[in-house]
Amino acid sequence: MASEQNGGISRLVAGLGWFSVGLGLTEMIAPGTLARIIGLPDRGKNRAWTRFYGAREVAAGIGILSQSKPAPWLWARVAGDALDLASLGKTLANDESNRWKAGLATAAVAGVTALDILAAKALNEAAENDGAVVEDVRVVRTIIIDRPPEEVYSYWRNFENLPRFMKHLESVRSIGEHQSHWVIRAPGGKRIEWNAELEHDETNRRIVWRSLPGSDIDHAGWVQFERAPGDRGTLVKVEVNYTPPGGVIGSTLAKLFGQTPGLLIQENLRTLKQLLETGEIAKSDASIHEGMHPAQPEPESVVL
Amino acid sequence: MKANCWMGKRDVRVETVPDPKILNPRDAIVKITSTAICGSDLHLYNGYIPSMESGDILGHEFMGEVVEVGSGVKNLQKGDRVVVPFAIACGDCFMCKRQLYSVCENSNPNAWMQERLWGHGGAGLFGYSHMCGGYAGGQAEYARVPFADVGPIKVPESLTDDQVLFLSDIFPTGYMGADLCNIQPGDTIAVWGCGPVGQLAIASARMLGAERVIAIDRFPYRLNMAKEKAGADTVLNYEHEDVRDALKEMTGGRGPDACIDAVGMEAHAPGAAFLYDRAKQAAMLETDRPIALRQAILACRNGGTVSVIGVYGGFIDKFPMGSVMNRSLTIKAGQTHMQKYMRPLLERIERGDIDPSFIITHRLPLEQAPQGFETFLHKQQDCMKVVLKPAA
Ligand SMILES: NC(=O)c1ccc[n+]([C@@H]2O[C@H](COP(=O)([O-])OP(=O)(O)OC[C@H]3O[C@@H](n4cnc5c(N)ncnc54)[C@H](O)[C@@H]3O)[C@@H](O)[C@H]2O)c1
Ligand SMILES: [Zn+2]
Ligand SMILES: [Zn+2]
Repeated sequence: MASEQNGGISRLVAGLGWFSVGLGLTEMIAPGTLARIIGLPDRGKNRAWTRFYGAREVAAGIGILSQSKPAPWLWARVAGDALDLASLGKTLANDESNRWKAGLATAAVAGVTALDILAAKALNEAAENDGAVVEDVRVVRTIIIDRPPEEVYSYWRNFENLPRFMKHLESVRSIGEHQSHWVIRAPGGKRIEWNAELEHDETNRRIVWRSLPGSDIDHAGWVQFERAPGDRGTLVKVEVNYTPPGGVIGSTLAKLFGQTPGLLIQENLRTLKQLLETGEIAKSDASIHEGMHPAQPEPESVVL
Repeated sequence: MKANCWMGKRDVRVETVPDPKILNPRDAIVKITSTAICGSDLHLYNGYIPSMESGDILGHEFMGEVVEVGSGVKNLQKGDRVVVPFAIACGDCFMCKRQLYSVCENSNPNAWMQERLWGHGGAGLFGYSHMCGGYAGGQAEYARVPFADVGPIKVPESLTDDQVLFLSDIFPTGYMGADLCNIQPGDTIAVWGCGPVGQLAIASARMLGAERVIAIDRFPYRLNMAKEKAGADTVLNYEHEDVRDALKEMTGGRGPDACIDAVGMEAHAPGAAFLYDRAKQAAMLETDRPIALRQAILACRNGGTVSVIGVYGGFIDKFPMGSVMNRSLTIKAGQTHMQKYMRPLLERIERGDIDPSFIITHRLPLEQAPQGFETFLHKQQDCMKVVLKPAA
């Protein structure tokens, strides 16, 4: 799921990149026409500025398109947009130029700025969670479930329920009073396993756990169940801290969770909410498949 | 089964696809008897709504016969004749309990995609892109209906398909557009767009007691219907007159008490403003062309309401916020909260207050869906509303 999401961002980024190249070329090749369209008097000085902006746009566009890590280039675009906004602002104040047209152009650039910031932020987020720099990762996510804390807590506390709403989790088995054995199944039949210890269990309020030495992933976490303000059910808050493992396990995990484990946890919470509020997990013709799939019913499965 | 599939921009095809199956206890399967093409489908057809996949089954305005129910559906049985709402709602979440069904928190498995674009996600919709859930639509012989215990409404045999089909979307939508205006005795309501949604917004404003309804479009046959059938008092052709001037003139300079935008993201305008927005949209500088919306805001009287039922997808430019703020305007908007309106509107149809079938101009077999899209898009043969018949 995370990789799909990055796919969407990549398309947006690529779109912005090509847009930059296109706009930049226009600014360089036809500065007079562009100046007229945006309402600048078509004078030598303005042409020179427009050409300069054009060169900057093309550089930024090529930067965005050719980089494997386009985030800095996107921020360059944001800076460039701000420059455009500032000088268009000046145009607006300039009596000679056609204020109406300049107003329109300012608005257009502002629209692109919004997209730039969106893409740059999304990529920054992805980079923050990038396993390349081995730092401990901390993820916190929350959701409100319209059910009393007692009910949400007891559903969660019955660990056998967890695989129902945690994606990729195959099983959780109790192995003694405070310990359990967890198994994640990855594509190709690989398994990631660990034993966890229940460190703290406060009925209807909080569950704290930690992996035991020898686990495939070294991690700790807690989940908290709070009565939501206005008696609107339960505010569930989860925190997970882990050290991204290296080697085969690391790459398997990266495949499973993509670069944004936060999204996975958020989706797990959403699934829990669906189960407790509606009794089932919302499924569409497309969402039941891994990766993209057209919104069409599944073919009849072959009975062997 | 046969289904009308989106294959790409301006390319839909009727293909043979697998039959739907029950996936969840609260599902039902409906054998479709009537299904319509909506102005919203044109936004998909023209490629303005992101997250479509080649092969997606289109259609969100449909009705038919229940042929299978899941174990969790107690209120429907095989053989029931039902109209299905386009927005899918669970009935159990915070939003549904407040009748804000189209922003249900549980029915969209891809809500995370919308969160990226809009900050928060809304309900799942039939046949309306992957960010709206990736649900197969109803321009098909059969459809799977999730949360079938909440959405579909049973309709009596005494009413024809044509009379009740539009309970699936555009009648509640037009009605909500008028309802959001909080119409008071003496009010003048202006409606931008005389497509099917605009027609039913005009008729609804009438039903809700508006003193005067003014309809705006550019197609004479649509303006005629607004006047002759939907009940508009005055029509304005924006190609022939300046809409804001005309509205001022008609209201003593004050402006309409409420303005309804039944146009949406693909608005058209004569002259340069249109080319400007069109170019920006093509270059992805803005996702939507808010020409009618800007005009509705500027035209509305001080302290009035702008009701936005035309669909917008993302970002718009040159939004006259100064006008909204300084003149105490209220903007209300939304995908229609279908489950709130279907029952009372069915009662209105039964009582004979209205017969929404007046908008139907074309009836085609499902196989001709691609022609239906072209005819509707290009307003050929005075096309207003196309109803497709899978059984034909
Ligand atoms: N809120 C909802 O839940 C909901 C439900 C259904 C449809 N919709 C939306 O309602 C809108 C209308 O749907 P429809 O089926 O009637 O579509 P349509 O395309 O048939 O009608 C749109 C009409 O607007 C007119 N128009 C274009 N530019 C205009 C302008 N500047 N001023 C005045 N009129 C203008 C067109 O000529 C056309 O007649 C679409 O955006 C659709 O997506 C919303
Ligand atoms: Zn519709
Ligand atoms: Zn709901």
